[in-house]
Amino acid sequence: MAFTDEQLQRYSRQILLKEVGGKGQKKIADARVFLIGAGGLGSPSALYLASAGVGTLGIIDDDVVDLSNLQRQVLHSTKTINHPKVDSAEATISKMNPDVKVIKHVGRLNASNILDIIKDYDYILDGSDNFPTRFLVNDAAFFLKKTLISGSIFRFEGQLTTLKPHFTDEGPVPCYRCLYPEPPPPGLVPSCQEAGVLGVLAGTIGILQAAEALKEILGIGESLAGRLLIYDALDMSFRRVKVPKNPNCLLCGPSPTIKELLDYEISCTLPPPGSNTNNTPSA
Amino acid sequence: MIKVRIPTPLRRLTEGQGEVNIEGDSITALIDTLETQFPGIKERLCDEEGAVRRFVNIYVNEEDIRFHQGLNTPVKQGDEVSIIPAIAGG
Repeated sequence: MAFTDEQLQRYSRQILLKEVGGKGQKKIADARVFLIGAGGLGSPSALYLASAGVGTLGIIDDDVVDLSNLQRQVLHSTKTINHPKVDSAEATISKMNPDVKVIKHVGRLNASNILDIIKDYDYILDGSDNFPTRFLVNDAAFFLKKTLISGSIFRFEGQLTTLKPHFTDEGPVPCYRCLYPEPPPPGLVPSCQEAGVLGVLAGTIGILQAAEALKEILGIGESLAGRLLIYDALDMSFRRVKVPKNPNCLLCGPSPTIKELLDYEISCTLPPPGSNTNNTPSA
Repeated sequence: MIKVRIPTPLRRLTEGQGEVNIEGDSITALIDTLETQFPGIKERLCDEEGAVRRFVNIYVNEEDIRFHQGLNTPVKQGDEVSIIPAIAGG
């Protein structure tokens, strides 16, 4: 499908880039990107991917907009408080760029629905707010060979990496379990809800996720695969460390023991007294 | 002195410091020194058997010690050690 004059004008500033051009813009228009969460990270990612002209944006969230979200979840507004986040997201995106097709999913990902939900997308941006979802998404993306761009935030600090273990052309590439083999037991690491987060931190990391996604779509630049970027807003430092593929990874290694999806216990708060969860003792 | 970067979630234990300079010739030695100065930090990094917890990574410069000599990985003057726990906020 050829671009209309209006579209050429809308995207002119990026079509001008020789790394993008008309061909690149077509790739962006054909791209199908899935956003996990329409919250702190999903909001800025969605806005910039939509403004860049990503053709299809899938969004999953099970929550409604709360006043306390608006400090960082810029897809939503005072007017959409109590509305489902996916509806609020769709309204904001369509107003900004009607070219984008938004596919809404209300609910939570789990081991029985995730493969079916993500199978039609090319790229997945994880902006979820809990470890069980992050491990589930990693495993599902690995099984379906989808490129996963993972961002996470905590107070003043953010992490970002690109995970595509199915890309082996330039040597072994890690999955999230190569970086962190197992989630912490529930309650050991506080969630944003309990710990607080600087709103702009979510913006920074969410936009960096969108930047990685556009690079993957366009096939340009150097991917963050095999590296973890750590951003500290307090000292304004960006550091990168290496993330080698773990040759003994239980998921993507040569002798995997994880052969199907697991549902870890979802818990953002302290576990009930006496409960013994997930392998690692609480500190 | 070795510079050790303390991640946000552990700064409660280091009186808010994001960076501490300590002596030590291996990661084990550095963790022991950290524990002496900031009691309680070791159990956040290591499990009951003394192994690094599986959701915490320790890097010497850019290198994950898990892919080198683990807790016995040597450190020398000028190295920067980073403690990077998994975080999940979104």
